[in-house]
Amino acid sequence: MKWFDYSAPSSLSEALKLLRENSQALLLAGGTDLLVQMRAGRKQTDLVIDIKNIAELNQLVLDASGLRLGAAVPCYRIYNHRDIARGYPALSDVASLIGGTQIQGRASIGGNLCNAAPSADAVPLLIALGAICRIAGPSGERTVPVEEFCTAPGKTVLKQGELLVSLHLPPPKPHSGAAYLRFIPRNEMDIAVAGAGVSVELNNGNFQSVRIALGAVAPTPLYAKQAGDSLAGKPVNDACIQTAAELAKAAASPITDMRGTAEYRRHLCAVLTARALKQAIQRAQEAK
Amino acid sequence: MSSQFQVVGTRPVRHDGADKVTGRALYGADIQLAGLIHGFVLRSPHAHARIKRIDTSKAEAFPGVKAVITAADFPVTPDRIVDLGEGDTPLSYVRGNMLASGKVLYKGHAVAAVAATNVHIAEEAASLIEVEYEPLPCVLTAPDAMKDGAPILHDDLRMKELGEATDKPGNVAEHFRHVKGAVEDGFQLADKIIEREFSTATVHQGYIEPHNATALWNNDGRVLVWCSTQGSFVVRDVTACVLDLPVSQVKVTPMEIGGGFGGKIPVYLEPVAALLSKKSGRPVKIVMPRQAVLEATGPTPGSSIKVKIGATKDGRFTAAQATLAYEAGAYPGSMVGPGAMCVFAAYDIDHITIDGYDVCVNKPSTAAYRAPGASNAAFATESVVDELAETLGIDPIELRLRNAAKEGTRRADGPKYRKIGCVEVLEAMKNHPHYKAPLEGPNRGRGVAVGFWFNVGLPSSVNIAVNADGTVNLVEGSTDIGGTRTSIAMQAAEVLGLPAESVLPSVVDTDSIGFTAVTGGSRTTFATGWAAHDAAQDVVRQIKERAAALWETTADKVKHSRGVYSCNGKSATFAELAAKLGETGGPVVGRAAINPRGVGGSFSGVITDVEVDPDTGKTTILRFTSFQDAGRAIHPSYVEGQMQGGSVQGIGWALNEEYYMSADGVMQNSSLLDYRMPTSLDLPMIDTHIVEVPNPAHPFGVRGVGEANIVPPPAAIANAIYRAAGVRMRRLPMNPPAVMEAVWRKP
Repeated sequence: MKWFDYSAPSSLSEALKLLRENSQALLLAGGTDLLVQMRAGRKQTDLVIDIKNIAELNQLVLDASGLRLGAAVPCYRIYNHRDIARGYPALSDVASLIGGTQIQGRASIGGNLCNAAPSADAVPLLIALGAICRIAGPSGERTVPVEEFCTAPGKTVLKQGELLVSLHLPPPKPHSGAAYLRFIPRNEMDIAVAGAGVSVELNNGNFQSVRIALGAVAPTPLYAKQAGDSLAGKPVNDACIQTAAELAKAAASPITDMRGTAEYRRHLCAVLTARALKQAIQRAQEAK
Repeated sequence: MSSQFQVVGTRPVRHDGADKVTGRALYGADIQLAGLIHGFVLRSPHAHARIKRIDTSKAEAFPGVKAVITAADFPVTPDRIVDLGEGDTPLSYVRGNMLASGKVLYKGHAVAAVAATNVHIAEEAASLIEVEYEPLPCVLTAPDAMKDGAPILHDDLRMKELGEATDKPGNVAEHFRHVKGAVEDGFQLADKIIEREFSTATVHQGYIEPHNATALWNNDGRVLVWCSTQGSFVVRDVTACVLDLPVSQVKVTPMEIGGGFGGKIPVYLEPVAALLSKKSGRPVKIVMPRQAVLEATGPTPGSSIKVKIGATKDGRFTAAQATLAYEAGAYPGSMVGPGAMCVFAAYDIDHITIDGYDVCVNKPSTAAYRAPGASNAAFATESVVDELAETLGIDPIELRLRNAAKEGTRRADGPKYRKIGCVEVLEAMKNHPHYKAPLEGPNRGRGVAVGFWFNVGLPSSVNIAVNADGTVNLVEGSTDIGGTRTSIAMQAAEVLGLPAESVLPSVVDTDSIGFTAVTGGSRTTFATGWAAHDAAQDVVRQIKERAAALWETTADKVKHSRGVYSCNGKSATFAELAAKLGETGGPVVGRAAINPRGVGGSFSGVITDVEVDPDTGKTTILRFTSFQDAGRAIHPSYVEGQMQGGSVQGIGWALNEEYYMSADGVMQNSSLLDYRMPTSLDLPMIDTHIVEVPNPAHPFGVRGVGEANIVPPPAAIANAIYRAAGVRMRRLPMNPPAVMEAVWRKP
């Protein structure tokens, strides 16, 4: 690893100024991906900007407008937050799924998104929950739906000088539930071979609306819109769930690599989508 | 047994425990010396390439760099055979693996090394070394490497065939055969013959502490080395040989070791650090990055195995045949020899033929890994035996019992067993509550398997000095990996009639103790423990003389029992006599240097219950019981620890571990994230059942317990998966996609 400078600005404007002045700068929130990549020589920079001291990026606010989650909020703050566990239990699950305890002390959901790994555990769920990304840059702020944020492995819509400030989740609707399931060969400390995030809204035994997203089966986390939409208005039963699962499988375009074959991954898309739907349905039914 | 021994069989706190749990124990990476600089090894990006040119000038000119070396810096000496600790090999191979010359033979092969004021500078300078490669086609598996027209690793390699040198070029370094009886005649007697092919992936020992070495080429010409090794004397001898020095000019201080499992017998870094030190005039430390540990240190061979066994209707094996082709990696010397020794070792069969092939491929040079070669072989044999049990309608343990090796059984490779515990292990399995417990629920299955490891003896030295307060200092040269300080000290304590805590063991450097072979082959508690027994007897003999001097009698009249010396109504404790050494003739030091015979092989067994997720193919180990003949368990906790450790490594090997190679020979999963060893969350409690069939040759009956436990797990898990999911898995690892695909293809 080469020498680099380190800066830890305490305001968003200061961070944006540093970003503007140093086109090669890399942002560090938890650093749990960045430092590994730098040590392995996959990323190099002369300046690392630590964004953990910026107030906006550490916000964790739950109110009538939903959840505002600062991009640098570490996972442990999420799963230790009682109201998040009540309102967004699937988000609590994901925050406790990423890494081990030490990693969760630093790693953030925003970082998981910006790292733009196809297998990022948080992203399919964020898509299912309809999260919106708030981005700040040289020409002000803009918002992007999370399903449009990742553009390729390791690549995002962030332009030169921009950074992710926060994620916004709409308030949970009545009779709704969400879930994220991933498949890993071990029981912990592993990268998803495939993942499925779903959210469902029920209405008198029928699906009102459903969002399904997949991980690790395409160049980016994948919003399987057709699979979710197929359930709108349909009764909650195994046949409908299986149909949606097959549509999710059809939407996937996985590769064969050390974590699994393409055929196996496609198969898992259906298995995980069905299982996640059942878990989300149960949560929605319990939510009343 | 409890009345027989005072110390042996008890569970005292380990002597090095406080240092280990408080983090004070010193490992190789902890070494700090005045003027210390840091080394970094440049490694090949190609699996197979000719080195056309190396230009180190830019690295040498880089600020902070103190030395750069390549293979050209090794002294020029004629090739000869070196003892690597667990086998002999030509010096040119040993040296060639430390720094490549002419060709690189695997991705990660060391090419040059840089020493600089810090490791980051060294790494950056290494990237400035210009190496011009001519990439060559690579070959990655034994079957491919044995084909006509396969890329050849060593142009000068000629096959040794059935003990004779030949002029056959290729990648097969050796083909050997063991024959017992007439195998075709034996198959004629069979009612049922099953023949199957198996393959196993390359797997790594997975020790947590990376290889490291610090070397100082001192101004007096001596080379001082601090390192993590299973055998300090092997490091000394190999380093001396490579550097063309007399062995006395190298002093090796073994630091604590963070795991070895056989993988810390080969020498990779020490001579490189020494040469960097010679060139820079400074002590040089090299710590291997994890990626290099996986890519460039010896894993265990991947293998292709064919096993054929014939049996009568009533379950008597009539003949067995095996062909084993093991990947040696870059240099000849896979573990196919031990694999062939173990493949049918658990069974008494009249007619056996075993063919073994040692095959070079473009992967790192393989090393020992806990019963090296035996787990591969047992995976094949024990799977076929399980299929025979099913076909014949005989309980799988009962079938094994009907054919179990016993005293007098001759193995196909020659040796005739003395007292062994194969039957006793199988009886213990049959009678264990686990085997009798009902297994309920869908997608669940139970599997069993047995395994064998022959263990080794080899030289050990021990000195014991008596302290005036009635304790003794025990000095030994065996790296303590699994609690052997304590298991050795306990054997001395038993002889001296002292509590284990009164024997203070130290593992010392190569200047301070007689030659001691590696901690490997499950030999340390057996051989160094035996030396401790003999050294303690030497102390007892001398203390008798001192008592005799005090009591004005002769030593032969002094009796010793449990630390009390007596004669004609007079008696004194060891401590009382120790306090009087000054007046009875001065210090007492007992010593023993031995090369013991009478090593005792160890049998092991596994019963395991698994559940296979029918939708994902993922196997969950529900219950796992490990059985092993320890001969005599000196410290039962450490025996259980070995059994649990071997079981866990076997589970990892069975389920997920593998070198996942790209077609051009690059390991794709060279990190502990993607090289999936099991975590604590992937495992049930590993239950243990120690069987004790004492080794009649050893003073306390010790057999050695470090290895046999890793042999049966993959086969036992495969047999359990068959009962859970209905598919016979014949390739390791049996990871979720592999099981799922087998289920899809199930007829």
